[in-house]
Amino acid sequence: MTHAIETRELTRRFGDFTAVDAITFHVEPGEVFGFLGANGAGKTTAIRMLIGALAPTSGSATVAGYDIRTQAEQVRRRIGYMSQKFSLYEDLTVRENITLYGGIYGVSTRDIVTRTGDILARIGLEHAGDELVREIPLGWKQQLAFSVALLHRPDIVFLDEPTGGVDPITRRRFWELIYEAGAAGTSVLVTTHYLDEAEYCRRISIMVDGAIAAMGTPAEVRRSVGAETLDEVFLKLTRPGAAA
Amino acid sequence: MRAFLGFVRKETLHLLRDRQTLAILLLFPVVQVLIFGFAVRTDVEDVAIAIVDPTPDVATLNLRERIAASDRFHIVGVTTSTRGLDARFRDGSVRQALLLPTDMQRRIGRGDSLSLQLLTDGSDPNTGGIMQGYATAIVDRWYREVVPQRGVLRIETQSRMRYNPTLESAHLFVPGLVAFVLTIVSALMTAISISRERETGTMEMLLVSPIRPVAIVAGKVIPYIVLGFVSVLLVLVAARTVFDVPLRGSLVLLLAESGLYIITALALGVVISTKAPNQRTAMIAALAGLLLPTMILSGFIFPIDSLPRPLQLLSYIVPARWFLVIVRGIMLKGAGLATLWQETLVLVGMTLLFLVRGSRGLAIRLG
Amino acid sequence: MRTVFFLVRKEFLQIFRDRTTVFQILLIPVVQLLVLANAATFDVKQVAMMVVDEDRTTVSVGLVQRLEGGRQFRVVRYEPTDAGVDHALLDREVTAVLHIPRHFEEDLVRRGWAPVQLVLNSEEGATAGIVQSYALSILGAYARELDRTLPRLEATRTVRVAPLDLRTQRWFNPTRNYKHWMVPALMVSLTTIIGLLLTAQNITRENELGTLEQLNVTPMTKVQFIAAKLIPFWLLSLLIFTIGLTIGKLVFGIPMRGNLLLVYLAAMVYLVVVLGLGLWISTITRTQQQAMFVAFFVILIFLLMSGLFTPVDSMPRWAQYAAEANPVKHFVAVMRAVLVRGAGLETVGRPILGLGVAGIGVLALAVGRYRKSVA
Repeated sequence: MTHAIETRELTRRFGDFTAVDAITFHVEPGEVFGFLGANGAGKTTAIRMLIGALAPTSGSATVAGYDIRTQAEQVRRRIGYMSQKFSLYEDLTVRENITLYGGIYGVSTRDIVTRTGDILARIGLEHAGDELVREIPLGWKQQLAFSVALLHRPDIVFLDEPTGGVDPITRRRFWELIYEAGAAGTSVLVTTHYLDEAEYCRRISIMVDGAIAAMGTPAEVRRSVGAETLDEVFLKLTRPGAAA
Repeated sequence: MRAFLGFVRKETLHLLRDRQTLAILLLFPVVQVLIFGFAVRTDVEDVAIAIVDPTPDVATLNLRERIAASDRFHIVGVTTSTRGLDARFRDGSVRQALLLPTDMQRRIGRGDSLSLQLLTDGSDPNTGGIMQGYATAIVDRWYREVVPQRGVLRIETQSRMRYNPTLESAHLFVPGLVAFVLTIVSALMTAISISRERETGTMEMLLVSPIRPVAIVAGKVIPYIVLGFVSVLLVLVAARTVFDVPLRGSLVLLLAESGLYIITALALGVVISTKAPNQRTAMIAALAGLLLPTMILSGFIFPIDSLPRPLQLLSYIVPARWFLVIVRGIMLKGAGLATLWQETLVLVGMTLLFLVRGSRGLAIRLG
Repeated sequence: MRTVFFLVRKEFLQIFRDRTTVFQILLIPVVQLLVLANAATFDVKQVAMMVVDEDRTTVSVGLVQRLEGGRQFRVVRYEPTDAGVDHALLDREVTAVLHIPRHFEEDLVRRGWAPVQLVLNSEEGATAGIVQSYALSILGAYARELDRTLPRLEATRTVRVAPLDLRTQRWFNPTRNYKHWMVPALMVSLTTIIGLLLTAQNITRENELGTLEQLNVTPMTKVQFIAAKLIPFWLLSLLIFTIGLTIGKLVFGIPMRGNLLLVYLAAMVYLVVVLGLGLWISTITRTQQQAMFVAFFVILIFLLMSGLFTPVDSMPRWAQYAAEANPVKHFVAVMRAVLVRGAGLETVGRPILGLGVAGIGVLALAVGRYRKSVA
């Protein structure tokens, strides 16, 4: 079976600055993969290349079996994306946002109706279907954005820092959604700088200055770096001299 | 005070870093003045005139020659009947037609009356009147020379055009253009910059800082004043060097008044931005709301004296109107503050009004 | 196609939910059209005049009375010397000064002609010419009247020869109704300004908000995107245009001599060009502020060089050539040709075709310029 995501020496430079430095990794189908790293480590840049928003400077990658450079359109049909700003239309209602993206992805009208009902029920917005997205609380906005990203049943969904700014309980609820998606066979690539969320992933990678400094299951990563907690792992990797 | 200066510094750096906007704000007024100084004119030249001459003879040929010789007209056709004239008027290939009587030379000899008909395309009443005036003048002159008349009483009028003897369109429009462009650009600048800060939330941060709202408004406005000033200088240089627009009055006064006006326009932008809930509304209000009224009611193209009374009154609230009088006064008439103090006072008053309303509006927004 | 439908639906939902903007884009054109249509004229009324009469005879006073008699002049100052002339002109107290020298009546009786001096404030040049022609025509009429009534010396009595009877006629606008000229001009301006504004800031706004990135990740194509941005504003602009036409007809009685369908055809094609241009501006600017400035620049050039307010024929050769590339100029020409002169397809077919080609070109530019991913 082909990997859901596979990269080979994927690189992106901006002038003299190397944002992503020859990263090589893969994600299995149905896997929840955590993309960790400090701010500015290159996570968002890497994701933007994988979703086809940014062209790589060198290296290659396939997503859902299609080359990101030459088969970008096929890639786009099979992926979902949730950005840091969760780009829902604030001046449209919950229902209208769902309908819009459903329509764009070619979901039939009947399916849009049923899936809208499912989403509203699942995240608890049944009575807020006709509220403007602007009006609903942050936690629900996040869950809604995630559900919209999954609306067209993509093979892979990319989440860029999806849980910023909410309390741990709300974050936990969000991760339940992620597990459900994974269990249903959708691969999930999620970036985060919350280390506790890292433990929820099957495998993780830690990016430092554009390169992958460690990769594997959380336990493997801890062992390889010789640390008890992921916190320590982080410290050791980002400031090699500091940790004694 | 230190906080205030720091704020001004931040705004200035912000502005300087935005290369594109900077280029736009400095270049646009100059480019526009250059283009329009050449292109916007109300002179009428090269009118397409058709002549219907059923019986060409010495007299008609003489008249036709005079018309052809004038560079205001070019004869597009001479026919013996009016057939097809209708259609040519309609499709715009003919703007005027002169219909000559039959046997003109003989009529002159016999002393019979000469009835000529002049048809003019009057769809544009302005140029229609001017074209008609020119053609009539040529016919009159021809008549007086070809048909000998002794002793007709006449009053010889010697006309002199003060301040703009050659009626150079550029001299009229360029000062007006300065006012016009400054108005829109300044209002836009502040309207957008302030509403953008509000949208992104940084405004609230400022408003809770120890700087008073008036100071915030002033601080936002200062870098743009300098910018506007540079713009005005560039425009004036272009006006003088390229179009020879005279500067008969004091340069210092002109710059001072320009500085005042820039502040007026910027302050107007501030008021717009406090009334507008978001950037888009601010922009539409500033651009769509100000553009045509300023162009039409400021005296830039259409003279204020020609406006119907209610609109003349309305023009009093258009800031550009006052500035236009000032600029034209200084540049074309050499007027000084003694003559222009009323207009200046009006601008000062408007500026204060805008600034006060602007800062109060900001305070309300927060409170 | 289905994608376009959903995107267009979204645009409409967004537009109509923004009450302020809808209010603005409908109200501004209506108000400005109603108010400004009365403005645009070079006509002069009640010109303030100062008469310096050094002669003070019945004949000179008669001239002053003639001037006052018509509606064109108001004699606000009547002076024996020219001492206050400069100040009055400078201060804009008067626009024109008529100087009647001494011996005016005497010269007319003895010689048959007398000089006078007319000084005009040509600060606003366009009207100076008109004021001059008014004054001249009054002077001319007075001269002809005196010719019949003034008792004169035998030697200078007139010998009449073939009188000139020049009849002038204005076609298409015999009542010289300035509104008939201005209303179409204003309509076009307003529709253009608003249309261009709305599209120019539209894409930049989505970019700033982040929703553009989301759309770019979907399988939506560039063509679908641009089409979906174009259609709602095209319809909206046509609506504004129709409102303008209705007001023009009902309130101002503008002529509609030609086929209205031609006007609409031209409008539909024209709007594609204008809105496409706005969308293109949106793709080349990074912030809404820049988009607005570029839009303003473009609008100003287009409007002032289109023959809307000043005639294209008055422009220098090079400017007239440049104006050929100005879609507003062509649309205005078509409108005026059809509405005021009743022209038909033979006349306006070519400009409309030209606009069509321009429209396709502009849209191609916008689509080409728009990038779903960054290189």
